[in-house]
Amino acid sequence: MADKKIELTKRDRFNVMWHSQFLQGSWNYERMQNGGFAYSMIPALRKLYPKKEDMIAALKRHLVFFNTHPYLASPVIGVTLALEEDKANGANVEDEAIQGVKVGMMGPLAGVGDPVFWYTVRPILGALGAGMAIQGNILGPILFFVLWNLIRLGFLWYTQEFGYKAGSAITSDMSGGMLQKVTRGASMLGMFILGALIERWVNIKFTPVVSQTPIQKGGYIEWDKLPSGAKGIQEALLQWNMGNGKQLTNTKVTTLQDNLDQLIPGLAGLLLTFLCMWLLKKKVSPIWIIIGIFVVGIVFHLWHIL
Amino acid sequence: MDLNFIQIILVVFVAFLAGMEGILDEWQFHQPIVACTLIGLVTGHLDLGVMLGGSLQMIAMGWANIGAAVAPDAALASVASAIILVEGGQGKAGIGTATGIAIPLAVAGLFLTMIVRTISTAIVHIMDAEAKKGNWRMINVWQWIAVCLQGLRIAIPAALLLAIPSSVVRSWLNMMPSWLNEGMTIGGAMVVAVGYAMVINLMASKEVWPFFAIGFALAAVKELTLIALGAIGVSLALIYLALEAKGGKGGTSSGNEGTGDPLGDIIDDY
Repeated sequence: MADKKIELTKRDRFNVMWHSQFLQGSWNYERMQNGGFAYSMIPALRKLYPKKEDMIAALKRHLVFFNTHPYLASPVIGVTLALEEDKANGANVEDEAIQGVKVGMMGPLAGVGDPVFWYTVRPILGALGAGMAIQGNILGPILFFVLWNLIRLGFLWYTQEFGYKAGSAITSDMSGGMLQKVTRGASMLGMFILGALIERWVNIKFTPVVSQTPIQKGGYIEWDKLPSGAKGIQEALLQWNMGNGKQLTNTKVTTLQDNLDQLIPGLAGLLLTFLCMWLLKKKVSPIWIIIGIFVVGIVFHLWHIL
Repeated sequence: MDLNFIQIILVVFVAFLAGMEGILDEWQFHQPIVACTLIGLVTGHLDLGVMLGGSLQMIAMGWANIGAAVAPDAALASVASAIILVEGGQGKAGIGTATGIAIPLAVAGLFLTMIVRTISTAIVHIMDAEAKKGNWRMINVWQWIAVCLQGLRIAIPAALLLAIPSSVVRSWLNMMPSWLNEGMTIGGAMVVAVGYAMVINLMASKEVWPFFAIGFALAAVKELTLIALGAIGVSLALIYLALEAKGGKGGTSSGNEGTGDPLGDIIDDY
C-alpha cells in the first residue's frame, strides 16, 4: 500500500465528463468508440499513474473495443474510474475485472439509451421546437437547444457520479427492474407522442372535389344585399361567424379530404406511416422510400390528386 | 444575395460545428433546427433559417446513429440546403425546394461519414503506437484530429457550395418549374412519415400500441398543445407502471424482447 492515497477530485471527474463528450470523435469500423474511451479516461489516468509503465498499461487497457450509447457511457466511465482508482492505490484489481465491467455494462445500457434519448426525448423536443420554428418563431430552436443540453449535461454528470460512487456494485443490479422500467416507460411515452405527431404533422390533403351542392337561400351570405363600406364588411363577418354561420358562396364544395376528416382526421397520414413501416420491415432502404414519396408527391400533384 | 467575407467564414464555421456534432451527437449542432437557424443567423436571414430548420427537423425525426449503423446525414442536408435557400433568394417560397434538395444531400453525407470512419480506423492504430510509448498527449491530439476530420466533412462541401456565385444558384432554381416546387413541398409534408415509421418499428410492442392509439386520437383535439399531450403521455405511463407494480397480475411483461408486436407480426407475415 502506498502511504499517500491518490484520489480523484471532483474537478478531475468533471474533466473526465467534459472529455467524454468527444467519445465518438474517432468512431471507427474496427473498435468503434475505443479511442474516445481512452481519451475520456486520460485526465484521470494522468493523475493515477505517474509511472510510465503503469500509464502504458492503462492506455492499452482502454484502447480495446468499446461501443455503447454516447450518453450511457457515463455510468460505465464512472465505475471504471472507481476501479482504476482502487487499482492505482494498490488494490488487487485485475485487468479482466475492468474489461468485464465495461463489456458487461455497455450492451444493456445501449439498449436503454436508444429508446430514451433518440426515440423519446429528441423527437418530443424536436417536434416541440419544429412546430414553433415552422411558423418562424425563433423560440423553437432556442427551446430545443437549451432543454436538450440541460438534460444531457445533467445526465452525463449525475450518472457518471452515480457510477463512480456505486463502483462495481452497480453491475449486479444492471439486469434489475429499474432500467427495464425506465425503458418501458419511455417506450410508452414515445409511442403516445408518435401517435400524436403523426396526426398533427404528416400532412396529406386530397384535393379532388367530391360534390358541389347548392345551398338554400339564407344559408349563405347574400353579398349584393349587404350595406356598402365598412358596415357591409362588419355585417358579412357577423353572418359568417368564423365559419360557424352562413357560407361564403351559394354552393357547398366538399373535397375528398373533408369526407376523410369526418371519418378519422389524419387517417391518410396514419396509413402512409403503416406503409412505410411495412416497407422498412421488407428491408427497403429508408432513402428509397423518401425519394419514392417525393416522386409520388410530384406526380399526384400534376394529376391534381394532392 | 452575395455573402461578405465574414459571413462566409461564419457559415463555414457553423458547417464545421455541424460536421463534428454529426458524429459526436452531443450538443446537437447537426440537427436541422439548430444548424439551419445558425446559418440563417450568420447570413442575416434568421427567419428563413428557422423555418427551413423546422420543416427539416420534422423529416429528420427518426434519423439516429444506432450501433454501427449510420443514419442519413442531417448535418450536410441542413447546412447545404440552408445555403442554397439563402443564395437562391426566393424567400419563403424556396423552402419546399430546399427541403427536397436536402434528401439527396443526406445520402451524400452518409458516404462522406463512412469515408471518415474508415480513416479513423487508421487513426486508432496510431493511437495504439502512442499508447505503447505512454504518450497520452499524442492520443489527445489524434482524437482532436479525428474530430476535426468529421468537421471538415461538412465544412469543405459548404465552402465549395459558397464558391458557386449566387447568381448561378438562382438561375438553376429559376429553371425549376412551379409544379416541381409545389410537388416537392407536398412530398416534404408526407416524407415525415418515414422517420416516424423507423422509430415505431424499433419501439413497438404489444404493450405500447394502446398508447399510440390514444395519442393519435387525442391529437385531433386541436386545443391540446404538445406540452399538454406530453403531460398526458407521462401520466399514462406512470399510472401504468404504478398499477403494474401494485400487483395486478404482475407477471412477466410481455413486450420486452421485441416479440409480441401484433401489428408488426401482421406486417411481417404480409
